[in-house]
Amino acid sequence: MSQIMPDHAVAHMAVEDAPPVILLDKVNKWYGALHVLRDVSMAVAEKERVVVCGPSGSGKSTMIRCINRLEVHQEGRIVVDGTELTDDLRALDTIRREVGMVFQSFNLFPHLTILENCTLAPIWVRKMPRAEADDLAMSYLSRVKIPEQAKKYPGQLSGGQQQRVAIARALCMRPKIMLFDEPTSALDPEMIKEVLDTMVELAEDGMTMVCVTHEMGFARQVADRVVFMDRGEIVESGTPQRMFEDPQTDRLKLFLGQILRGH
Amino acid sequence: MAGTVADPRLIGSRAAPKKHLRLSWSDPLFRAIVWQVVIVGIVVAIAWYLIGNTNRNLASRHIATGFAFLNRVAGIPIGESMISYNPSADTYGRALIIGILNTLQVAVIGIVLATILGTLIGIGRLSNNFLLAKLTAFYVETLRDIPLLLQLFFWYAILQTLPPPKAALHIGQVVFLTNRGLRFEVLIWHPADTWVLVAFIIGIFGVIAWHRTARRRQEATGRRPRTWPMALASLIAFPAVVGFAMGAPLDLEAPELHGFNFQGGGSVSPEFFALLLGLVVYTAAYIAEIVRSGIQAVPLGQWEAAGALGLRRSTVMRQVVLPQALRVIVPPMTSQYLNLTKNSSLAIAIGFQDVVSIANTTMNQTGQAIEGIAYIMAVYLTISLSISLFMNWYNARIALVER
Amino acid sequence: MSQSAAIADARYTAARERPPAGVTGPWAWARRNLFGSWLSTAVTLLLGYLILRILISFVSWAFLNAIWTVPYNAQGVADTGACQLAKGVGACWAIVTDKYRLILFGRYPYQEQWRPAICVALFIMLYVVSAMRSFWRKELALIWIATLVVIGVLMWGGVFGLQMVTEDFWGGLPLTLILATFGLAFGFPLGVLVALGRRSTSMPAVKVICVIYVELIRGVPLIAVLFMASVMFPLFMPEGVNIDKLLRAQIAVILFSGAYLAEVVRGGLQALPKGQAEAADALGLSYWKKTGFIILPQALRLVIPPLVNTFIGFFKDTSLVLIVGLFDLLAMGKVALTDPPWQSFSTEVYLMLAVIYIAFCLAMSKYSRGLERELSRAHRR
Repeated sequence: MSQIMPDHAVAHMAVEDAPPVILLDKVNKWYGALHVLRDVSMAVAEKERVVVCGPSGSGKSTMIRCINRLEVHQEGRIVVDGTELTDDLRALDTIRREVGMVFQSFNLFPHLTILENCTLAPIWVRKMPRAEADDLAMSYLSRVKIPEQAKKYPGQLSGGQQQRVAIARALCMRPKIMLFDEPTSALDPEMIKEVLDTMVELAEDGMTMVCVTHEMGFARQVADRVVFMDRGEIVESGTPQRMFEDPQTDRLKLFLGQILRGH
Repeated sequence: MAGTVADPRLIGSRAAPKKHLRLSWSDPLFRAIVWQVVIVGIVVAIAWYLIGNTNRNLASRHIATGFAFLNRVAGIPIGESMISYNPSADTYGRALIIGILNTLQVAVIGIVLATILGTLIGIGRLSNNFLLAKLTAFYVETLRDIPLLLQLFFWYAILQTLPPPKAALHIGQVVFLTNRGLRFEVLIWHPADTWVLVAFIIGIFGVIAWHRTARRRQEATGRRPRTWPMALASLIAFPAVVGFAMGAPLDLEAPELHGFNFQGGGSVSPEFFALLLGLVVYTAAYIAEIVRSGIQAVPLGQWEAAGALGLRRSTVMRQVVLPQALRVIVPPMTSQYLNLTKNSSLAIAIGFQDVVSIANTTMNQTGQAIEGIAYIMAVYLTISLSISLFMNWYNARIALVER
Repeated sequence: MSQSAAIADARYTAARERPPAGVTGPWAWARRNLFGSWLSTAVTLLLGYLILRILISFVSWAFLNAIWTVPYNAQGVADTGACQLAKGVGACWAIVTDKYRLILFGRYPYQEQWRPAICVALFIMLYVVSAMRSFWRKELALIWIATLVVIGVLMWGGVFGLQMVTEDFWGGLPLTLILATFGLAFGFPLGVLVALGRRSTSMPAVKVICVIYVELIRGVPLIAVLFMASVMFPLFMPEGVNIDKLLRAQIAVILFSGAYLAEVVRGGLQALPKGQAEAADALGLSYWKKTGFIILPQALRLVIPPLVNTFIGFFKDTSLVLIVGLFDLLAMGKVALTDPPWQSFSTEVYLMLAVIYIAFCLAMSKYSRGLERELSRAHRR
């Protein structure tokens, strides 16, 4: 059961020499009396791409949201880029500057143009001059292939375009780590591909990514490691090939059977 | 192939055929016209009948018509007015204008105070502190369930139980609260004080200009210079220096007790005070709800996304949450402002002379009821329509751009 | 995995199921919600102190030191000496026990006051029945008509051996309820018609009339409409025809409520997707059938919470008829205070009136909030 994970994480760490950029050590979280994260331990190395999957209610979104403290854990340690996550606000500011997040519901700011969405944080947090911020934003908008939409408002874009803007917005802060919380779950099927393509390009450029998703094709293509969570704990993890072709636990077998049936 | 082919839909060679009216019940246009003629006809017939009766009744009671009475001497005693008024010499027209001024005075001061109080309470509702949240919820819920008229009577009765001027409640020699009203120290206006006022207004422009410079500095270099020292200097230090230089004296006229009441100083009647208090407390409850639901209307994802980008909480409020919240808040807020203005007409029940009260007295004295009511309705309609127009303009300007 | 290891795991897992001590429980709750930060702690202490002080003085004034009855002297006039002595220290609830029937029922003949009392009960029953979802059918209109007729018969009398009581003697709570309920009963169909007329694209003349009506009434205070009714209606009538004061005020309330209800219904009509009307047209339904069977039932259901809130507003607004000389609940309260021995005890009377108004309005607003929650839950997938 949970023992598989800690050893593997430690073993995984031992292989690399560099310290992990994200370290979760026996993290526990309760919502009231509901124990939603149970002794979760995981380590993510630099430039590693991790996909987290699992049935709904498994705590995968909660875990990823704990990494940039959108949720607060009650027990255990979370260390991001060498800084430990505690109640210290300054440490939190430092961490949030280095961690970018893409949400399931995009969360673009509807009253600002696309360009302003992307330049807001560089101007107010990294204190960049406006001209420099605009150039930076345009370069990332070009990378996600929608530079011509810069002056439009989010309400005028399709879902796939909005999500790509959200990715560009997070990238404008030049984060070391990118977190994706089910980025394609709210999209119509024909728009999923454009977003996944953007994420694949990002991965191939060497970004450290932790991605919660149901898209197994993406996992197979890009992930270094797939982590399977169920009912608040990490059940199994390994390379995508090993996980999909040779699931060890019954729960993973059941989950794979349920998803793959849909494809 | 050189050039593009023009869209044949746009370059029309024919116009759409005109519609012709068929005189048959199966033609919808014919039916619409018939219905309208019938309905308008009924309305006109009823109006004709009523107007006819009215004219006959007015004639038989020897009541004049028309607005000539506006030039007659009124003889209405008016307790407080913003412009000079002499009951034995001034006309009904002037008295009614004073009524309008009184109404506007209560409305404007009431709107400002109610907005401040309501916003504070609305924010308190959202607080993490259990006591504060529940207390403000209790305030909002209770005050919205009691009629405004009852609340006005209650406040007026409370003000009547205040001590008489001989034993007034007071803060030093500055403010006195008695059952004859509120009296306070006022500044005696010295010519040099105008310079201080001018300096203050210049200071306001200075602050606005400095904010602009600060923004430009931020866009150019990324660093935003502090704005509060400049604000302090322009709004307080600068006028003070000008005051000293021009020799403006700080002459205050304090209310003094002579016999049974105070003389001098500024005053506010208990009627005005009770009306203002009741209106502000009542409307603030509604404004609190509007502010609360406006802030709650901003989806949690907006807070999260802005926080995830590393923005500080104050920046999140200013740049992301408040602009979106204001869009939801402003329409119902202006409608509450309108309600406050209309509710000020309850002044007649506690003896404050607003436009409704004075028009009512005029109607009783001259017997010209229709003109009086028309006057009241014209005044309030003007106020309502201006506020509605403003709101439509504002809404169109800030509407979120969508597909 | 060995047997012992599996058992150890189970015990380990079970022990970890309970959250640590600092997460749940009353102390943790207090720490989060009352003492979360320095500011919060200061606010809690200040508010707690103030609330306690106010509660203690209120309880001692309203209950512990209150005077509940006073003796009568030889002429039958109340001797309120004890109340005067206790002013500021104890409430004089004696005014309530002495005058509650006057305040509640106005100048209705003393022996016949069981009739308005029954009417009040009937009104409450009508509201409760209308609130229950199971009654939202066509039969509800019949229930309303029947109940209102019964109320009319009880109040007026003259038939079935009941003594005739004319409207000038009606007052107090029944008058408030009558004004509000009849205002709603007649104002609602008027509002629906005006809302439909305002949305009409094919008949601009009708639309203009409806717009003028709504904007005119909504732009002026209720006082102006009441004055208009009480002062101008006598002029509108031919010689010798007299409309009594209650009818004038009632018509004013109906006109007023019609305009506001029209706006609420118009909101519902606008919120309904266009596809509904198109589907009805495609089926070949005429305008009135389409409106009656498809559009209105759905649109009205959408706006029930704002309708209830508007009705709460009317209920409070009936208090304004005091200004045109009718004796509703609030006016009777003021009348009770004109009696010389009782003149200085306005706070007690106002509190009693406030309690009655809060009872009605709070019930209605809780109902409308609950309904809003239910309806929004039903719409979310």
